[in-house]
Amino acid sequence: MTTDLSAPQVSGDTTTAGRGKRPRPPFGVSAVGILAVLTALFSLLPLGYVIFMTGVTGWDTAVTLVFRPRVGELLLNTVLLILITVPLCLVLGVGGAWLVERTGLRGNKWWAVLLAAPLAVPAFVNSYAWVSAVPSLEGLWSGVLIATLSYFPLVYIPAAAALSRLDPAIEQSAASLGLGAWRTFFRVVLPQLRIAMTGGALLVALHLLAEYGAFAMIRFDTFTTAIMIQYRSTFNGTAGNMLASVLVFFCLILLLLEGRSRGTARYARVGSGVQGKALRLPLRSYQLPAQLSLLALTVLAFGLPLWVVLRWTLAGAGSWPADEFIPALLQTLGYGLAGAAVTIVVGFPMAFLAVRYPSWFSKALELSNYITSSMPGIVVGLAFVTVSIRVVPGVYQTAGVLVAAYVLLFLPRALVNLRSGLAQAPKELEEAAQSLGRPPLLSFIRVTLRLTAPAAAGGAALVFLGIVNELTATLLLSPNGTRTLATQFWSKSSEIDYVGAAPYALLMILVSAPMTYLLFQQSKKAAGQ
Amino acid sequence: MKIRSHALAGIALAATAALGLSACGGGPTPAASGSASAGGAGSGEITVYNAQHEDLTQAWVDAFTKETGIKVTVRNGEDPEMANQIIQEGAASPADVFLTENSPAMAQVENAGLFADVDQATVAQVPANFRPSTNKWTGIAARSTVLVYDKTKLTEDKLPKSMLDLANPEWKGRWGASPSGADFQAIVAALLELKGETATKEWLKAMKDNSKAYKGNSTAMKAVNAGEIDAALIYHYYYFGDQAKTGENSKNVSQYYFKNQDPGAFLSVSGGGVLKSSKNAAAAQEFLKFVTGKKGQEILQKGTSFEYAIASDVPANDKLVPVKDLQAPTVDPAKLNSEKVTDLMTEAGLL
Repeated sequence: MTTDLSAPQVSGDTTTAGRGKRPRPPFGVSAVGILAVLTALFSLLPLGYVIFMTGVTGWDTAVTLVFRPRVGELLLNTVLLILITVPLCLVLGVGGAWLVERTGLRGNKWWAVLLAAPLAVPAFVNSYAWVSAVPSLEGLWSGVLIATLSYFPLVYIPAAAALSRLDPAIEQSAASLGLGAWRTFFRVVLPQLRIAMTGGALLVALHLLAEYGAFAMIRFDTFTTAIMIQYRSTFNGTAGNMLASVLVFFCLILLLLEGRSRGTARYARVGSGVQGKALRLPLRSYQLPAQLSLLALTVLAFGLPLWVVLRWTLAGAGSWPADEFIPALLQTLGYGLAGAAVTIVVGFPMAFLAVRYPSWFSKALELSNYITSSMPGIVVGLAFVTVSIRVVPGVYQTAGVLVAAYVLLFLPRALVNLRSGLAQAPKELEEAAQSLGRPPLLSFIRVTLRLTAPAAAGGAALVFLGIVNELTATLLLSPNGTRTLATQFWSKSSEIDYVGAAPYALLMILVSAPMTYLLFQQSKKAAGQ
Repeated sequence: MKIRSHALAGIALAATAALGLSACGGGPTPAASGSASAGGAGSGEITVYNAQHEDLTQAWVDAFTKETGIKVTVRNGEDPEMANQIIQEGAASPADVFLTENSPAMAQVENAGLFADVDQATVAQVPANFRPSTNKWTGIAARSTVLVYDKTKLTEDKLPKSMLDLANPEWKGRWGASPSGADFQAIVAALLELKGETATKEWLKAMKDNSKAYKGNSTAMKAVNAGEIDAALIYHYYYFGDQAKTGENSKNVSQYYFKNQDPGAFLSVSGGGVLKSSKNAAAAQEFLKFVTGKKGQEILQKGTSFEYAIASDVPANDKLVPVKDLQAPTVDPAKLNSEKVTDLMTEAGLL
């Protein structure tokens, strides 16, 4: 198989299959289409809720609640946070990826994994570790510190994957035309990372908008922390809903910006041919500074939280309430696995449609999922609480509603992976199986589903990771008596019971670590997106 | 163990339910009825919506279940959140009992007409000053407002005479509180009841300028201890709780009681009530009787929450300043208005 077959753009752009005449979907596909449409409609529920609540509130009240000094403060905080943190994450993520993939960095195989490792530490655990190590942390710069350390792997992972697959031929041409190493990097390498960088930057920015626990712990107010506070004071007050509508507006702007900056250029190789081995720049006297800076980064982002968590855990050893944290662990695993499985199943029709029958329509379907997942868990949670109490009280406070919320929050994570997996299982193979006498359904299962499985596993890992670290929607929607690792950790750490919170933090990291590794491996394989 | 198997069953349902939900595009099937049975219709199980300290309620629940065999499911949250949740749920609420840390949330549910009358046997156990005259709910514990201050920097004579003095310019940037918490909102509710809307508004406005906002009272006390601020307006038991453990967050801290019926001497009554919609009203009433009874109050007295025991003639933990010495202002707990408080605090830019 040649590489160009596996070259779907990250999202949105038409794949090669979509060019020219559009195939008319057979009946079975229409059914898939209906499923996809229903999923998309369902996923628009939170957005509809926010719009509806804004409408119900009435223009005058909405205006007084939105245009007040407090919202100005939150706006400033949130904008500054994004403007400072996203570039920092880009520098660290791309810089780290470049050192690991394209230079003669010693031990680069180890560094490659270590730089992805902070992803296994939930941001609020990171925040807890830092606050207990440096109690005076508070405000914007502490927020930037913790967010950068927690989220730079979101840029690093796609950037490393893209770099490892870049065609060195272009760089060689650049060099032969007289460009120096630095200029080659900025004029040839960096532009080719555009998709990885804009995608990563979008992810970081959306996480910044959605994060609650990490910022609450260091007294840094953003829209999401303020909505949570409003919610805790009034359960479902208009002020909280108005803040949510501002936040949704924010998310839409970010999505739009990302769509713009991604551009329409084609980055994948065209045609066959052998890709050369990537060039590695010898580091020489830069070897030591490079090693030291990577060491500093991983110590700050991964070493410190792990050390603090272990220290507190050992400090409390002996008084471990095993009968409390084992149920929490099992419930977390249960929700994580169920949520991941359902998300993959629900996402499949949509990914199938997007890859096999790309059109403005399938694009719109996908976009509706991105909009919802870009909202913080608190907004999705609020929507589900209100709708389930009023419309379907039978499902209120059931595990089903919580899983449904997880599906909406994390569907795009599954979609991105499913898409690339489906694209690597070209329709032609399935058709070949059919022409050899297999019935269509069977050939679909035997060929396409099987070839998609690894990508689906990657997507599931990503969803699982999201669910394990999810806090706000879980707090709102979980059935009575539910205790997940995240909610238990939160309830202990809010009472500054560092010792009591530590075992939950440790378990969260332990559960997340293998998933992070799986993801890292998967992203390497699926590179070229 | 029971919780776990319950949850796993729920999760098994979840997959189908979530599929059902998405397949119906917003018109979910009435599939998972798991939680309806978590309420335990008829089985004698009860669900407690708990905004009191988790550990304290757990101790009550464990002792109660041991004594009566009645199973109790606990959902934890904060006062205002759970009160509003119960109101939203209305008659469909899975809650049988509601426990809070403060009175305003109880008054809110009472005003929505959702509480059943408290059993006479329970009422008889609680002194009249610790329960509303309506007997739609009852006091279960109490907590005193206090100013914790940095004793390495300040002496008592340098402290404000009244809580209202914290609005003065000399306190700018020097004090803190946890405005997003139910505790602080209860103090504001008392202020509103004692001094009226205009005075409260002005005080809150000054607070926005003068104070630092922390998340949680323990965090605020920790900040005083670390020298970040000079004083914090919180409840009394954080200090005792920390002293009983390592004391590392209160070494440099001393407590100042405003007394003199000052709004800052407000004694907040924690409440408990039985929902009208409860399907197990008898068991729910039983639980409330247990909590306010001798055993329940002794759990409170000997436990680590350091709240005031108030009922069944059980004295407060002897480490605490006796209730009669607190000189708390008289406030009818049924009159504390939490909705108005959040509106005023939102207006002042604190929320």
